[in-house]
Amino acid sequence: MINIFEVSETNKMITQENLDVRTITLGISLLDCITDDLDKLNEAIYRKITTVAKDLVSTGAEIEREYGIPIVNKRISVTPIALVGGSACHSSEDFVTIARTLDRAAKEVGVNFLGGYSALVSKGMTQADEFLIRSIPQALSQTERVCSSINVGSTKCGIDMDAVRLLGEMILQTAELTKEQDSLGCAKLVVFCNAPDDNPFMAGAFHGVTEGDAVINVGVSGPGVVKHALEEVRGADFETLCETIKKTAFKVTRVGQLVAQEASRRLGIPFGIIDLSLAPTPAVGDSVADILCEIGLEHAGAPGTTTALALLNDQVKKGGVMASSYVGGLSGAFIPVSEDQGMIDAVQAGALTLEKLEAMTCVCSVGLDMIAIPGSTSASTISGIIADEMAIGMVNQKTTAVRLIPVIGKDVGDMVEFGGLLGYAPIMPVNSFSCEAFVSRRGRIPAPIHSFKN
Amino acid sequence: MKKTIITVVGKDTVGIIAKVCTYLAENNVNILDISQTIVQGYFNMMMVTDATQSPKSGAEIAEELEKLGEQIGVSIRCQHEDIFNMMHRI
Repeated sequence: MINIFEVSETNKMITQENLDVRTITLGISLLDCITDDLDKLNEAIYRKITTVAKDLVSTGAEIEREYGIPIVNKRISVTPIALVGGSACHSSEDFVTIARTLDRAAKEVGVNFLGGYSALVSKGMTQADEFLIRSIPQALSQTERVCSSINVGSTKCGIDMDAVRLLGEMILQTAELTKEQDSLGCAKLVVFCNAPDDNPFMAGAFHGVTEGDAVINVGVSGPGVVKHALEEVRGADFETLCETIKKTAFKVTRVGQLVAQEASRRLGIPFGIIDLSLAPTPAVGDSVADILCEIGLEHAGAPGTTTALALLNDQVKKGGVMASSYVGGLSGAFIPVSEDQGMIDAVQAGALTLEKLEAMTCVCSVGLDMIAIPGSTSASTISGIIADEMAIGMVNQKTTAVRLIPVIGKDVGDMVEFGGLLGYAPIMPVNSFSCEAFVSRRGRIPAPIHSFKN
Repeated sequence: MKKTIITVVGKDTVGIIAKVCTYLAENNVNILDISQTIVQGYFNMMMVTDATQSPKSGAEIAEELEKLGEQIGVSIRCQHEDIFNMMHRI
């Protein structure tokens, strides 16, 4: 039987080390809503979401109470809207009506974010894809809870540079339209390479076309738990370090697996995957950067950071894989700047630069995440940063993403406050040399040679 | 059988066990096992209980025990045993 020490270990993780389940994300297919009549489409989308997800928030709260584990977010992801709205939408404005419908549905069922205002354009854009991308600034400034993601590249298809160029412009326009809130709109937009179909984390969650009608995906967390476990083995060798991370990741993931199974059973919706991620929050003691410091760095960004992160990421996966029957999503360590107190400190201390963050994305789960840059940055420079990150994903057969926030009216040295889980961030300097001529080239970059595995 | 683990942590004082047990008896929750220690003046107790015969749901019991804890100045958590089994047993 369970003993008092095991019980108090678990409860200490929850009460003192910020162990929580970061999100239960309900994926809903909207493919059966498709029609060529825009009003009927909006109505069908609203009805489907509010029917399938009506018990999501209350069920989450019930599980939370019964097991005594906080479930921070309950969210929804839907089929990429460019596919759903393709036949009914004949302009960007038409797509914006769908964004407003999604926002209304999210508010009705009580979720804080709804992802899937998305397009998958890794090889090329359809007319509908382009309408949707061009509608993003309006959609994100007119809604509160809708999140958008665009997949512009993959190892199998290469990178659609026309979409990359267009997104540089759209990110700036979104920043401009939401400048009253420190360009917050951009925090709800992710550009991906190799986007997974089953990611439960925002802002990049969407319900892929390979998925069933509805599915429960769960994202775990627990940087504070890993940090605390490593405090106990300070100065030990790498074997001990790795074993400690692995065992802790196992325990954290088991909690996610339990919550996912329970949510699936109570809602009568199949369980999809657990995303084994160390997801930080701005709360003190809930930081991935602090783990890197505990491993032995003065600040995240110091030499050795990429290795420490690679080791951390790998051990989290090794521990987590055995704890769950299905693993997917982004699985790894997130390194957002504004959502991680240790990362913010590192930037302020001058230890962490955009270039070092880019190197770190080669070995962690996602990419350049929640980074505030000067509002005066040009669209082509933003596209250039996106292209670099996409190339890392394409060549290394991993998911990479970019979520940059050019903050209109602010410059290096200023701070921006996004609030809540999105946190706050110092504006980081961007390399000022031009890539205009490179980004202006039309067309797409071919798939890399190692994609031909047949 | 679905077991519920109740943990009580806080400053030691007279009647903590009595009050918790009275609540459990009133709500038809059976106590299967108790372990208790005092570390540096802090009271630390774990009870394994069977709440299947209780008219109240696990969530209700958890909420009411939490309130009871606030009244007597200790922290009471009431959790389904599976969260501990999942974490500590393969």
